[in-house]
Amino acid sequence: MTRFFAWGAFLFGCLYFLLPLVGMTEFSLKMRRGEYSFDAYRRVFEDQRFWDTFSYSLILSAATIVVGVLLVVPTAYWVRLKLPQARPVIEFITLLPLVIPAIVIVFGYIRLYNTSSFLPLTGSAFGTDILLTMGYTTLALPYMYRSVDTGLRTIDVTTLTEAAQSLGAGWFTILARIILPNVMVAVLSGAFLTLAIVLGEFTMAALLNRPAFGPFMQLLGANRAYEPPALAVIAFAITWGCMGLMQLVTRFSKHERAKA
Amino acid sequence: MPKQPGGQRLRLPLEWLGILPFMIFAVLFLILPTMKIVIGAFQTPDGSFTLQNLIDLNTDSIRNAYWTSIKLSFATALLGCAIGFAMASAVVFGGLPKGVRNPLVTFSGVASNFAGVPLAFAFIATLGPVGLVTVWLRTEFGINLRAMGFNLLSFWGLVVTYLFFQIPLMILIIIPALDGLKREWREAAAVLGATGAQYWRMVALPILFPSLLGTFALLFANAFGAVATAFALTGPQLNIVPIKLFAQIRGDVLGNPNLGYALAFGMIVITALANFLYIWLRVRSERWLK
Repeated sequence: MTRFFAWGAFLFGCLYFLLPLVGMTEFSLKMRRGEYSFDAYRRVFEDQRFWDTFSYSLILSAATIVVGVLLVVPTAYWVRLKLPQARPVIEFITLLPLVIPAIVIVFGYIRLYNTSSFLPLTGSAFGTDILLTMGYTTLALPYMYRSVDTGLRTIDVTTLTEAAQSLGAGWFTILARIILPNVMVAVLSGAFLTLAIVLGEFTMAALLNRPAFGPFMQLLGANRAYEPPALAVIAFAITWGCMGLMQLVTRFSKHERAKA
Repeated sequence: MPKQPGGQRLRLPLEWLGILPFMIFAVLFLILPTMKIVIGAFQTPDGSFTLQNLIDLNTDSIRNAYWTSIKLSFATALLGCAIGFAMASAVVFGGLPKGVRNPLVTFSGVASNFAGVPLAFAFIATLGPVGLVTVWLRTEFGINLRAMGFNLLSFWGLVVTYLFFQIPLMILIIIPALDGLKREWREAAAVLGATGAQYWRMVALPILFPSLLGTFALLFANAFGAVATAFALTGPQLNIVPIKLFAQIRGDVLGNPNLGYALAFGMIVITALANFLYIWLRVRSERWLK
């Protein structure tokens, strides 16, 4: 009886999750009347705006990952090594982006960094790009920090630091050549999640008026019939790829550790 | 050595310098922007203190927006918890083959991140006017979803769509909690003569209750702040708070910038309440599930 309900719940869930995936795939192939074809995909790939917005979002996610790593790794390391009393404060701050909706954060940016303010970032395209990168960094902060902090927990930070110092290493060398390689798996899994978040993000990019992939998808959705589901299939494949890479690096590291 | 104490006193602030870059970032891009909104909600356009903005929120249109948002978040959180719990417990206790567990967790990781614009497209292609399921039901069974009152661009359409990221989030959070239920508790209850239902009602559910309610709060906040899915699905006309705020930021549709701050402030209050409930309950549940 339990097993019957268990299968029932499981299969119902699978059906619910599979139908939209099947639905979008089927719809995306129906552009040519009466037969299945990849016409919708060809249209998407022929669209210059697709490549422009996609590469813009890729560059922005790379920038977000770099800023996130530079910000999170030294801070999490320093808190573990010297400032355990600051941990509650830092953890609270890293949880804030989950509490404050992204739309409210970007609303604050627009009003705080407008052209007549102390830091007129929204005045130029480059300044707005920086602002958007910082916004994405805050969105990714909870995941990045959690990931790196968990990674640091598995290594002996104090001993590694003292060993490096007694061999004459400075802080930069310690961070770049000792700590970073040791938490590389955690950094990479945070990076792939960041990539998945930034590539599909809509709200911040739309409100800051930047030509990112999310607003492009929305625009296409409002004007076309067959291209949007094709975009959805592509976006799903990207998300799946990011999560797959995340699992891959984690599994890879387990093998390394088992061998050691 | 008279200089020693002075030197030690100097070391303390130097250690705090290590987290200075992070603090500057947090202040500039997280705390100050939020403070700007919160303070703006209590100011008149010329900068003096007022409660008028919060009072002005009490119009039909804004009240309806908040109420619809709260109902939407509540319904998707409740259904997400129930279905996610059913699926997670089916996999953990239901005697399903071991092989389904890892794929389910992996898929949940993907699906909980597959939100926003593409998710809306997927549901339009499935349950929209010419979607796969809509057409299939009409041609094969003669069931006309539209005539039955279902419309993807309505409240329940949004609920069905939001569940696609709510259920996986529930599964991801609740599976570790279910794993934490010790076999000994079940055996001890059985030795004392408890039936399966009694075990669940008197042992397992009270232990899981903080996790369940906490995850409910998290899902509620998750749905409440979501903009992209609803915007891509229905465009700017649906009257929920995030979409109203989106329109306000783009074009000051309320005709009063400070009323916009108050609208955003209301969102922060609601998601903050839900999140602190989640964090508080999680701390409580970890006591048992270690």
